[in-house]
Amino acid sequence: MTKPSWFNRLSILFGLAFLYLPIVVLVVYSFNGSKLVTVWGGFSTQWYATVLANPSIIEGAKVSFLVAAVSATAATILGTLAAVVMVRLRRFRGRALLNGMLLAPMVMPEVVMAVSMLLMFVTLGIDRGPLTITLAHTTFTLCFATVVLQSRLVELDPSLEEAARDLGCPPAKAFVSVALPNMVPALVSAWLLSFTLSLDDLVISSFTTGPGASTLPMKIYSQIKFGVTPEINAISTIILGIVVLGLVAAQLVSRRSEQRVSAA
Amino acid sequence: MSSVVLSSAAAPSAKTNWGKRLLIAIPYAWLLVLFLAPFALAAGISLSTVRLGMPPFEPLTAWDGSILNLRLNFENFLYVLTDDTYLLAYLTSLKIAAISTAAMLFIAYPLAYGIASCAPSSRSLLVFLVIVPFWSSMLIRVYSWMSILRNDGLLNALLLKIGLISEPLRILNTETAIYIGIVYTYLPFMVLPIYSTLSSADKTLIEAARDLGCSRISAFWRVTFPLSLPGVLAGCALVFIPVVGEFVIPDLLGGADTQMIGRAIWLEFFNNRDWPMAAAVTIVLLALLVVPIVYFQSRQARTQN
Repeated sequence: MTKPSWFNRLSILFGLAFLYLPIVVLVVYSFNGSKLVTVWGGFSTQWYATVLANPSIIEGAKVSFLVAAVSATAATILGTLAAVVMVRLRRFRGRALLNGMLLAPMVMPEVVMAVSMLLMFVTLGIDRGPLTITLAHTTFTLCFATVVLQSRLVELDPSLEEAARDLGCPPAKAFVSVALPNMVPALVSAWLLSFTLSLDDLVISSFTTGPGASTLPMKIYSQIKFGVTPEINAISTIILGIVVLGLVAAQLVSRRSEQRVSAA
Repeated sequence: MSSVVLSSAAAPSAKTNWGKRLLIAIPYAWLLVLFLAPFALAAGISLSTVRLGMPPFEPLTAWDGSILNLRLNFENFLYVLTDDTYLLAYLTSLKIAAISTAAMLFIAYPLAYGIASCAPSSRSLLVFLVIVPFWSSMLIRVYSWMSILRNDGLLNALLLKIGLISEPLRILNTETAIYIGIVYTYLPFMVLPIYSTLSSADKTLIEAARDLGCSRISAFWRVTFPLSLPGVLAGCALVFIPVVGEFVIPDLLGGADTQMIGRAIWLEFFNNRDWPMAAAVTIVLLALLVVPIVYFQSRQARTQN
């Protein structure tokens, strides 16, 4: 497997073309002057202007970004605790159950979690709105954040922390001052992953929200149901741009800190 | 965690123990209350009866003087398990999930294999390219397929122009469109685990097989493929389980004649407003998926250790 054969190259080309075709179509047609998908009406940014002048979309975006930022932060903090528990504490009662609860949300169909969490919020008597969406998003993104952080924590050499502890540093302080700085890239990607998953979610938000609070995907969904408009292409392109920028930034952060580690 | 910070190095044992317990307790409590307990609650409410008001279901227990009455209504389950529409929706969901998982394997394996055969320097870029679509909104990517597959969409326009067809094909709102959408959306979940087993496979084993006179193809089937099997199984589980309960794809790309169970739950909830019935449909779906989920968990737990 040292050199890719023509078959390998062809499969990569076909696979990536399949993955990117709809994205390219989306971006290109967001700049289409015509309302029709099949007609190219010249380059135009009118759909972006329509989006930015749409107060309902802007309102939805505000709710979505707030929910995504808060839940990603909560998921990263909880995920760090969970990763430390799973990696550093090998033996305690109930470890298998915790591991199960950390893995199951990754494959659990969204509707199943959405219905169950809604019933929980109703039973607890919490007013449904941005708060309940945030709690629900923190729960389902937590497992993804934990996986990212766990795989980084496993790679870290525990002997550095042991040395700090031997020198009289309390365990938590040893973790924060020795292990955590080495986990910055993982923390960034865990946060970004949670953020984008939250930003993207339609099903869990729709079930766990109350009257009044609609996230961006909920607004986009009802617009799509109403009929295909180029406006949605423009919103999608903006979201895509933000996500890609975030991803590239995360790559740069991790590369820089890797260089710093290798330079040290 | 603050109690751990405060503990002095001289007397770590007792305080560290409390710190440890607190450390375990925080994520544990969160997941118990917001992930596990809701399922038990849903199971309870599925045995309730729908009513007007908020919450829109009767409580299971009621005090009658000094007597505690427990009312369990099994009608929802009897209905779900005997009604043709629900049975058909469950079967359709399982069928669509199985077929699309198999289809995905055919596209994902060559792609993963191709990436693993590249030089390490270009590998990370290719993996990055596979991951990017997974990070970008699924809703908008599914929406993009709507504009491609519509009767007056891009695909039909292209086919008409080349003269391959004389009349637009009806693809959107059919089962074919659901398959396209699912295979497209979940492809990265299948590619990544297969790629990671292929790239970590010991290449000297393949060389040894070739040296011993194995042809390229038989070396692949006898050595490479068995080595990548854990990745294949992980990918299948990662894709099959959520697809069974998928809502967005069948709702936007499928037609009225193909009902998947995720969409049935959505409609039961938002259109019929029958929460106990929606909970019963959800619990049956969960019961169907328990075996694959437990299988997935034990696999993951084993690879972690």
